[in-house]
Amino acid sequence: MGPEASATELLAALASGATSALALTEAALARIRAVDGHLGAWLRTDEASALETAARIDRRRELGQPLGPLAGLPVGVKDMICTRGMETTASSRILEGFVPPYDATVVERLRAADAIVLGKLAMDEFAMGSSSERSLRGPVRNPWDLERVPGGSSGGSAVALASGTCPLTLGTDTGGSIRQPAAFCGVAGLKPTYGRVSRQGVIAYASSLDQVGPMARSVRDLALLLQVIAGHDPRDATSLPDPVPDYQAVLDRPVDGLRVGVPAEYFQEGLDPAVELAVRAAEDTLRGEGAVLVPVSLPHTRYAIAAYYLIATAEASSNLARYDGVRYGHRTAEPTGDIDTLYSRTRAEGFGPEVKRRIILGTFALSSGYYDAYYLRAQKVRTLVRRDFAQAFERCDVICGPTSPVGPWRIGERSGDPLAMYLTDIYTVPANLAGLPCLSVPCGVDSSGMPVGLQLIGPPLGEATLLGAAHAFERATGHAARRPPEVHP
Amino acid sequence: MDAAPSELRIDIRQVATLARLSLDAAETRELEGALDRILEYVAQLDELDLDGVEPTSHPVPLRAAWREDVAAPPLSRDEAFANAPDHDGTAFVVPRVV
Amino acid sequence: MSAAGWEAVIGLEIHVQLATRTKIFCATEASRDGAEPNTLVDPVTLGMPGVLPVLNREVVELAIRLGLALGCTIAPRSRFSRKHYFYPDLPKGYQISQYDEPLCTGGAIVTEVDGEERRFRLTRIHLEEDAGKTVHDALRNRSLVDYNRAGVPLVETVSEPDLRSPADAMAYMKAMHRIVTALGVSDGNMEQGNFRCDANVSVRRVGDPRLGTKVELKNINSFRFVGRGLEHEIARQVDVLEAGGHLVQETRLWDEAAGVTRPMRTKEMAHDYRYFPDPDLMVLEVDEAWIERVRATLPELPRARTQRFVDALGLSAYDADVLTQSAARADYFEAVAQAVGDPKLAANWIQGELLGLLNKDGLDIEASPVPAERLAELLVLLRDERLSSKMAKACFAEMFSSSVAPADWLAAHGAQITDEDTLRAMVAAALDAHPDEVAGFHAGKAQLLGFFVGQVMKQSRGKANPQRVNQLVRSQLEERR
Repeated sequence: MGPEASATELLAALASGATSALALTEAALARIRAVDGHLGAWLRTDEASALETAARIDRRRELGQPLGPLAGLPVGVKDMICTRGMETTASSRILEGFVPPYDATVVERLRAADAIVLGKLAMDEFAMGSSSERSLRGPVRNPWDLERVPGGSSGGSAVALASGTCPLTLGTDTGGSIRQPAAFCGVAGLKPTYGRVSRQGVIAYASSLDQVGPMARSVRDLALLLQVIAGHDPRDATSLPDPVPDYQAVLDRPVDGLRVGVPAEYFQEGLDPAVELAVRAAEDTLRGEGAVLVPVSLPHTRYAIAAYYLIATAEASSNLARYDGVRYGHRTAEPTGDIDTLYSRTRAEGFGPEVKRRIILGTFALSSGYYDAYYLRAQKVRTLVRRDFAQAFERCDVICGPTSPVGPWRIGERSGDPLAMYLTDIYTVPANLAGLPCLSVPCGVDSSGMPVGLQLIGPPLGEATLLGAAHAFERATGHAARRPPEVHP
Repeated sequence: MDAAPSELRIDIRQVATLARLSLDAAETRELEGALDRILEYVAQLDELDLDGVEPTSHPVPLRAAWREDVAAPPLSRDEAFANAPDHDGTAFVVPRVV
Repeated sequence: MSAAGWEAVIGLEIHVQLATRTKIFCATEASRDGAEPNTLVDPVTLGMPGVLPVLNREVVELAIRLGLALGCTIAPRSRFSRKHYFYPDLPKGYQISQYDEPLCTGGAIVTEVDGEERRFRLTRIHLEEDAGKTVHDALRNRSLVDYNRAGVPLVETVSEPDLRSPADAMAYMKAMHRIVTALGVSDGNMEQGNFRCDANVSVRRVGDPRLGTKVELKNINSFRFVGRGLEHEIARQVDVLEAGGHLVQETRLWDEAAGVTRPMRTKEMAHDYRYFPDPDLMVLEVDEAWIERVRATLPELPRARTQRFVDALGLSAYDADVLTQSAARADYFEAVAQAVGDPKLAANWIQGELLGLLNKDGLDIEASPVPAERLAELLVLLRDERLSSKMAKACFAEMFSSSVAPADWLAAHGAQITDEDTLRAMVAAALDAHPDEVAGFHAGKAQLLGFFVGQVMKQSRGKANPQRVNQLVRSQLEERR
């Protein structure tokens, strides 16, 4: 049994001695070496440290010592998340060579759970993108079709799962960056309620929207990983103090009577008919499981993208101001007589075009005379989007719809048109604006045979409900079992 | 103060100076085009009547979290300078300021 | 004021470092004596990727304390914003600072200027983090950055433009300094930059309601610099306007050595701080219970204390003012006054003897080699006439230099002689020994009185009570006439 098996199965195999952490880690590293050259999901692995950790866990198991809930499981971490002693770059040249002297809280939790941090996963630079075409090592490829994008920004995290190189990964989601690549690669991904998972040590893109979340090949595995990373962190002032429920325990609860809201606004112009078909079929499946479909309305959905891009870029322009070539990261090699030239050249060399575009837009949105018209207005629209959801959740328990209006596009197809790319985030950004938990699970294929994701959105701290509904859906269909064709060297 | 976004145009050079990004002519042109279209799209927010709507700056409002005034060890000098592009062992070094 | 017919309009911004153990948003020590550069830094201080600020509760507590002492309104909800600009000593590219929703608004400093009570209003007090320090290495054409100071908690206190003269400004600044130190919210150390002042100053014709062009004056981080810097800047502005010139709105630096203000060299780059609420920090809520809890712990404020020294202890206004220059000084005085039971005696000695010697050695009263209890012991001996005033001074000088206890000094030197019979005999002996001088006195040489007193004091090795000796010499000379 290797890294392509589910985390749940692997834990059982590890417990029974059918495999060892060391064997599993070696197998995962071997598989990465075998297939990832074509995919580009892994930016780097730390073989020595992973193998050493695995051996230590095996030893502890032999000695009968207590082990954490992920003991011996190799986990991949998006390169947005800081790992102590392991280079962390946010897939950006400006952070090349940066080795954090600290772990993100989520990584500390992984280590405390005896997971094996296998390496860092590729992504769009600073999580700005929906295609993972702007990774440090070139475009990440979708294992279902190497000519297509895996989605983004957590493309590497989705591809690592879909290609069977490890059972669990962490992603980050600011406007859909977990859900959309999960949908594009046929895996599951969950963005928790804002504040449910600590952001401490997670490189900031847009601080009021960013959340770390679990990605896996099954809903049960998703719950397993969420259980480990969720919870209050005193080092993150935006972290929620609420106790964490037992997500695994509620997975098998029947969805009988669950009210599933279907927003009309998520089935409008721009939605690929094949995607719509798959999502409508998913609704039928849920109804078949006993759920009640309820029409709901989220009237401000059409304004979400505009509000999102103003807020996200404004916060990004601020968060990325620290990359100045003084304390860490890239510094221009050009001779610079003065500090401002050093800043401007360093940043021009270190950031890619999409990051520059967003920094400029965000700087503009915050600048004197424009703040009220852009940033403040967007924050008010955000209030309207929140209200939409609050009203909808008076009538339903979860909201369901497509994760993305389209399936994976061809690499390069949309890179010339930033706005067109932004618009594909239409169904994912509203939940970020409102801070709501949401997930994506596979629900079929589009006209090209590429995976399609079903999105479920819950009320604040409704992760357990979402996981229960998604698990019921997964059991009722065979989508989660589908695997992409083997990548051949 | 609530000027309509659609009336605004972006001065890329000035904004790039504020953001400390040196842009070449081609980049500036490309950005001008892209940002014009984005701002045009964003202008649809004009349609909304936002009078009396409170802005949301935190999606999940919380009470402020505190830290007690208790010290923890700092980074060692080695750790502090490990990632520095230039330092002299006691300070971070930059080109002359002012 | 410089020229007749002109009036200055001054507002002060004073940055006060709060006396917390750790920085405002991380657990690194805020300061440590003799700390080497970049040894009080952690990932938050260095603005490393992904790390987050968490507010130090004590910072808020101290700011509330100051706000209450100054009569400010404490906002139930205030907020932190990000203020953006690029500078090497600003690690994140922005400073976290309260902007449109500060913690404290209103309030006032009440103090005396030239014997007249004045009330200077405050606009606000807000919380912010300090930046690091950039040192320019001209020799190698580079700058060196130390982030120890980055993230140190500050309050910025902003006055209304209520001040009209350098004297007003100095009085305001001194009063603020006295209050922050009395409250213990800051050590007020100005050499270390823990209490820093900037001024906004303009001039106008007396009677003109309009405000003139404002200049921001920096590098005035001592009471003296504030006085001198403002004096020169006001004179400069008046000169320019009287010569028919125009003032530009700018930032100028006081050059103490040259005695002039100079425009600060700045880049031609326009500032646009792009403030927006920091998404990493929640709204700061302060409830009534917290405010009341802090209020209950407020000490007596310097001004109230000064007044009490006059009203209840019978000190002169001048003495009371000198003794309340710092909380430590006032505490010292009260301890001595209470132990001796004679506030005036305590006041005289502290001002006359103690402060004189402390000044000479450049010491603060906290570092006095003579603690309050010791001075009290000495003054009790003086009060009870076991020591003469002269003996007490000699004893005090030794206490100051070698920490001798007054009781030991007394044991070594013997007490003052106050016994009437002994003194009478000593005087008689002195007169007997100098019959010529007695005759001279009787012939009209009145100044010889002092000679006899001196003889007795010499005989007694200074221990005879000089007042009594004086009286006895006088009466015995009369008896022998």
